[in-house]
Amino acid sequence: MTDISTPQVKPDFMRFVRSNIRDYALLLSLLAIMVFFQFNTHGTLFRPVNMTNILLQNSYIVVMALGMLLVIVAGHIDLSVGSVSGFIGALAAVLMTGTSPNPDLFTIPKFDFVTASIICLGVGAAIGAIQGYFIAYYKIPAFIVTLAGMLIFKGLALSVLGGASVGPLPATFQLLSTGFLTDVFDIQLLGAPFNLLALLIGTLITAALIYFNFKERRSQLQHGLAEEPESIFYGRNLLIAVALIGFSFIMGQYKGLPNVLIVMFALIALFVFITTRTTFGRRIYAMGGNEKAAKLSGVNTERLTFWIFTIMGALAALGGLIFAARLNVATPKAGAGFELEVIAACFIGGAAVTGGVGKIVGAVIGAFIIGVMNNGMSIMGIGIDWQFVIKGAVLLFAVFLDVKFKNRG
Amino acid sequence: MQPILEMRGITKTFPGVNALSAVHIDVRPAEILAVVGENGAGKSTLMKVLSGVYPHGTYSGDIYYEGVERKFSKISDSEDLGIIIIHQELALVPLLSIAENIFLGHEPAKLGVINWFEAFARTKELLKKVGLNEHPNTLITNLGTGKQQLVEIAKALNKKVKLLILDEPTSSLNETDSNALLALLMEFRDQGISSIMISHKLNEISKVADRITVLRDGMTVDTLDCHAEKISEDRIIKAMVGRELTDRFPPRNAKIGEPIFEVKNWSCYHPLHTERQMIKNVDLHVKRGEVVGIAGLMGSGRTELAMSIFGRSYGQKITGDVLINSKPVDVSTIPKAMDAGLAYATEDRKTYGLVLIDHIKHNITLANLDGVAKYSVVDDLVELAVANKYRRDLGIRCSSVFQTTVNLSGGNQQKVVLSKWLFSGPDVLILDEPTRGIDVGAKYEIYGIINQLAEAGKAVIVISSEMAELLGVADRIYVMNEGKFVAEMPAKEASQEKIMRAIMKSWGKAND
Repeated sequence: MTDISTPQVKPDFMRFVRSNIRDYALLLSLLAIMVFFQFNTHGTLFRPVNMTNILLQNSYIVVMALGMLLVIVAGHIDLSVGSVSGFIGALAAVLMTGTSPNPDLFTIPKFDFVTASIICLGVGAAIGAIQGYFIAYYKIPAFIVTLAGMLIFKGLALSVLGGASVGPLPATFQLLSTGFLTDVFDIQLLGAPFNLLALLIGTLITAALIYFNFKERRSQLQHGLAEEPESIFYGRNLLIAVALIGFSFIMGQYKGLPNVLIVMFALIALFVFITTRTTFGRRIYAMGGNEKAAKLSGVNTERLTFWIFTIMGALAALGGLIFAARLNVATPKAGAGFELEVIAACFIGGAAVTGGVGKIVGAVIGAFIIGVMNNGMSIMGIGIDWQFVIKGAVLLFAVFLDVKFKNRG
Repeated sequence: MQPILEMRGITKTFPGVNALSAVHIDVRPAEILAVVGENGAGKSTLMKVLSGVYPHGTYSGDIYYEGVERKFSKISDSEDLGIIIIHQELALVPLLSIAENIFLGHEPAKLGVINWFEAFARTKELLKKVGLNEHPNTLITNLGTGKQQLVEIAKALNKKVKLLILDEPTSSLNETDSNALLALLMEFRDQGISSIMISHKLNEISKVADRITVLRDGMTVDTLDCHAEKISEDRIIKAMVGRELTDRFPPRNAKIGEPIFEVKNWSCYHPLHTERQMIKNVDLHVKRGEVVGIAGLMGSGRTELAMSIFGRSYGQKITGDVLINSKPVDVSTIPKAMDAGLAYATEDRKTYGLVLIDHIKHNITLANLDGVAKYSVVDDLVELAVANKYRRDLGIRCSSVFQTTVNLSGGNQQKVVLSKWLFSGPDVLILDEPTRGIDVGAKYEIYGIINQLAEAGKAVIVISSEMAELLGVADRIYVMNEGKFVAEMPAKEASQEKIMRAIMKSWGKAND
């Protein structure tokens, strides 16, 4: 019998790069795009106020992309997230201001923003659950169910708002999207106020990340599993440190860390954990990779699908709240086209249309690639018409590269 | 008389398997040649070579048709010359009409505009020839299987067929439809059309065939002339199965205990055709430490039986009882069946067994993720240890457990599937074609694993189309045909002839 004892995996630089090229290409693309726009906007892109803006503008896309990644990995799609987020924004505004769409028929009590937000998240989850129910238990394609949802909630948003914009929203609620972590220090840097808290938090997070990376590396080495060459490992950690500390330094020069950034980071961490470490996440990948095999292995694929869409609904609601808080008003047009950016973010981030493949970090980077492009092109003065054309081309190109690499592999 | 078709020295290999080696067949004008052989003997492969599914160059050997050497590179090459194959799985579009199906791809059209009057008129003629009294506008889905088969033949006639090949044409037909079809074949013979008929039903073959070619293990073993002498079914069976049993199985000492798994009066219907009963009142039991084989031809209902028991993953209107250790258990969903101690390793590991894009480690733990997790969080190191343990125990050959399963050989893929089910800790394992498509060495290892499982006190059910395999690994064998158990015998008293005879004798009786 041939030898089947565990061979020591010798880190091989080129082989490793080749097998992980997708992840690196994605990160490098984001960097290249940022450098490109930094250059073409004459240094505007990296300005503290603009970086803060990019974050705020894309936070709701990122939040929804987290759920969409689960949906896509499971082999489905959700076209309704834009409409659902718009509807939830409208619902939030109506509840918080106590505005009835038809005051002659009924009145709506005014809720405090916490209660209203909780109701909204619950309604979002319920919407996702209903859609998921039809998809999971009646096997109606997600494309159809969520297309119907897209129409239904677009209509309901209009109806709830009575066709008009509703606002302004409570100041405390607006803080979700416009507030910053209050600085506890009071220092000046180069003659301008500097938010030291932002830098400190950024440094702490960096330290924690690197600590966990090294801990994992050590355990991999102990078990002969370290596939990543040493040079790449150190280079990657250095890059993470430079990027995160540099980023928090830039943020510190403006108003510090936005509240929504904290929410976003917490969610990203949670979803990375769910997808990589939990049985729930593992079953999603197995189901997307081969639903029949997963089902025959005892995975309750119906219940899994149901929960994925429920989570998606709750995240779409959160996205809607963030967007409404940011605009300080709920408009009938809110949410239009969000689903396209969210889906594009996942596919640019390397998720496979056939399911089973995709990473949370990829979807987040994908969302920021779109966000930076939106921002950079607007600053450059490129018209909205050509912005669409360019974004479409980037999406097609990204997926084209994926297919090409896959065929070769 | 010069044969219309001659295939000489046809050899076709797949990675690791010799599907055909130097096969020779010939068909004379206006005759019906029956090709018989066990599952996997190479009949379907041979027909695929003939029709151009496997193009010239992917096999060695020569094909002479109407006296000229032919090198078909695609199906239409053979069809253009009048060689038409009708597959076991009918290739009709269910929601199109008879006429649309008959002319699919060959529509009578001018500048892309179809002349439906002509199509209808010709369809009517063709339907008359095959004796089918239906309107050309009838949708295929509204026809029974027998009539669909006739539409396929009408379609072949439309292509000016000279050599008609039928793969198991009567396998899903009732007796009346089968007889009508056979009569039609004989009528064609009188008109000068030759046919090759692949079939397991020896009674039908002796009714219509002029000659019989027997394939076994990818070789032509015999060609019998039905007009020269009276051919008995035993003679054919002997030729089909007559291979030497050599030392292909590891030795084992069976220590058989009390019954631990019983199925009583199990019935189930086809998932789409509600009136078609797939499993008919099956009773079975397996004792602790026993390996029980289920023999039968393809389509006899073995997989359907296993899957309907395993969490109702096949069929509808399922009735019957399952007992484990003499206590009734609920197996109505897959998780419940697994909790009851069942495991089912599928016959189709690529479609139902593995997540091919994922690596070995993830595949092994998929059926028992909670076994490597705490509070639903997977412990990577525990999981790795489990994966490496099975890799060692079962001898999975791979660079590491992080290798993607799609790149493994068939035998190693099968070992990953077995590992998955072993890790789920079952008491009763149902192994469906555990050695299909894997080489002899890996087969021997799989048999060794089956023996170990039995020695560890588990009940093992092995479903296999290879009778020799069942005789080698099983303690007791059930013979299945047309959804019923038609015989039961201890492996010691069983032989391939006995099994085959039990199958052949039972044809048609199940439909009463």
